[in-house]
Amino acid sequence: MSDLCKMTVSEALEGLSKKDFSAVELTKAHVSACENARELGAFITESFDLALQQAVASDARRASGNALPLDGIPVAIKDMFCTKGVRTTAGSRMLENFVPQYESTVSANMFANGVVMLGKANQDEFAMGSTNLTSAFGPAINPWKRADGKPLVPGGSSGGSAAAVAANIAMAATGTDTGGSIRQPAAYCGITGIKPTYGRCSRWGIIAFASSLDQAGIFTRNTLDAALMLKSMAGFDPKDSTSANLAVPDFAAATKRGVKGLRIGIPKEYRVSGMDGDVLSMWEKGAELLKAQGAEIVEVSLPYTEAALATYYIIAPAECSSNLARYDGVRYGLRVAEAGDDLDDLYEKSRGAGFGEEVRRRILVGTYVLSAGYYDAYYLKAQKVRALIARDFSRAFEKCDVLLAPTAPTPAFALDESPDDPVTMYLNDVFTIPASLAGLPGMSVPAGLSASGLPLGLQVIGKPFDEETVFAASAALELAAGFPGRK
Amino acid sequence: MPLDHETVTRIARLARIRLTQEVQEKTLPGLNSILGFVEQLSSINTEGVEPMVSASATTLRLREDRVDDGHCRDAVLANAPESFAGFFVVPKVVE
Repeated sequence: MSDLCKMTVSEALEGLSKKDFSAVELTKAHVSACENARELGAFITESFDLALQQAVASDARRASGNALPLDGIPVAIKDMFCTKGVRTTAGSRMLENFVPQYESTVSANMFANGVVMLGKANQDEFAMGSTNLTSAFGPAINPWKRADGKPLVPGGSSGGSAAAVAANIAMAATGTDTGGSIRQPAAYCGITGIKPTYGRCSRWGIIAFASSLDQAGIFTRNTLDAALMLKSMAGFDPKDSTSANLAVPDFAAATKRGVKGLRIGIPKEYRVSGMDGDVLSMWEKGAELLKAQGAEIVEVSLPYTEAALATYYIIAPAECSSNLARYDGVRYGLRVAEAGDDLDDLYEKSRGAGFGEEVRRRILVGTYVLSAGYYDAYYLKAQKVRALIARDFSRAFEKCDVLLAPTAPTPAFALDESPDDPVTMYLNDVFTIPASLAGLPGMSVPAGLSASGLPLGLQVIGKPFDEETVFAASAALELAAGFPGRK
Repeated sequence: MPLDHETVTRIARLARIRLTQEVQEKTLPGLNSILGFVEQLSSINTEGVEPMVSASATTLRLREDRVDDGHCRDAVLANAPESFAGFFVVPKVVE
């Protein structure tokens, strides 16, 4: 592996600006690294020709003195983002041949900042999963190894994005996070991942899963890089009705603030039974490290934490069943029909064949909880409990500035250790879902290794649109933890 | 109350997803596991609580009432499984 691939985004920008290497050289090094790491299954579609064209254009801009803020940085884009002219599948057979005719706002913003796209990253089907095992194009593999050598899941749903950044084959990768799909894979792969506040990044052109929860974010190898990348992605977009009309702050400056005087809340309800002992001690150590830098540690209570998972698994499937109704075998996506079939046959056969097991299950759950006679008992009830969960956070933030919690209850597990029962699987997201329901920003920072030598992440959760404090605390944690990185 | 096969058939029909007998057999336990799990919410007192419909606190914006899109028929049809003369093609729906 070329040393060009091991650099951070900020180091690469410096090297490009000093003419130590060109964008074409940087991109070629990454393309070659991608080709040598195909066994990771990090990409569904590679776009190396496009990447080289973009790199040539980047070098030309730099030569003429018009370099853009992220000019020449090679990244992976999760396959949930529509990319004009580049196949976008959402990890589903349903969209196996879908070539968007338009560009998502987030990827367009990144291209306008000079980013180079290596390809479309693997993911769980329609972002429904915590392992990347529900992808119709095969699993992505975690580049970390356990002593027994069994292939490990990278987490999900943004598993390919996390694997690519951890394996040094992309400098950064976009993700989407509905219930933890950026933070949990970042923790499993030993990298940094941020889901900003709901409304910070435009959802326009992102394939919809659960619209009141979906939010774009970024994977990088450190907090400064995440700050630089997020700055380029975020911003008001009139095309998304829930986009926040707020200026995008200087996140990079916030990484240098430190935590002196900052109140760090420790939510006591997150000490759930069954939590891995290594995870618990890492959490305690993380709080100690922040305290040593001048932060104040306060215990806070989020009484409705235990109800969050059940609330999510009503709301997300309900929204999913509604959003995925658009896949009708008529306008785009898979069509399965035989001569003599009527329109209902066409709908039912296309949808029966196009959706995988987990997506089908969630559509059915969502259809049930929204159906006549059950709507009030399930969906309306869940929306009310969601309000209580959000209220928990606003009350906690009267006593603290950010919250510190584990990202996931365990380190990464092997592909064949993934539970068959969906509810057991959903427990992976127990620490990420509450912040998703409340729409809060959350960042996972690698904080140390488990006894089995696998990365563990800590999560910093902030107030709405206060990513700056999240960056400040995360950067301080990163510095103090001195995470060793992958050997 | 756990779902039975009849209910699953009805939901699948509502969702326009055709399930083979074998897939339906495999689907039922997972659905019941999820619905059993989410049942716990019924014990939470939500009297007087307004439902939260969005994580975004802002009200929806209004925009000027003018055409800002269109003239992109070919792009709209570009991914259609079947199109003809500028239209989507579907099975005959009117006898």
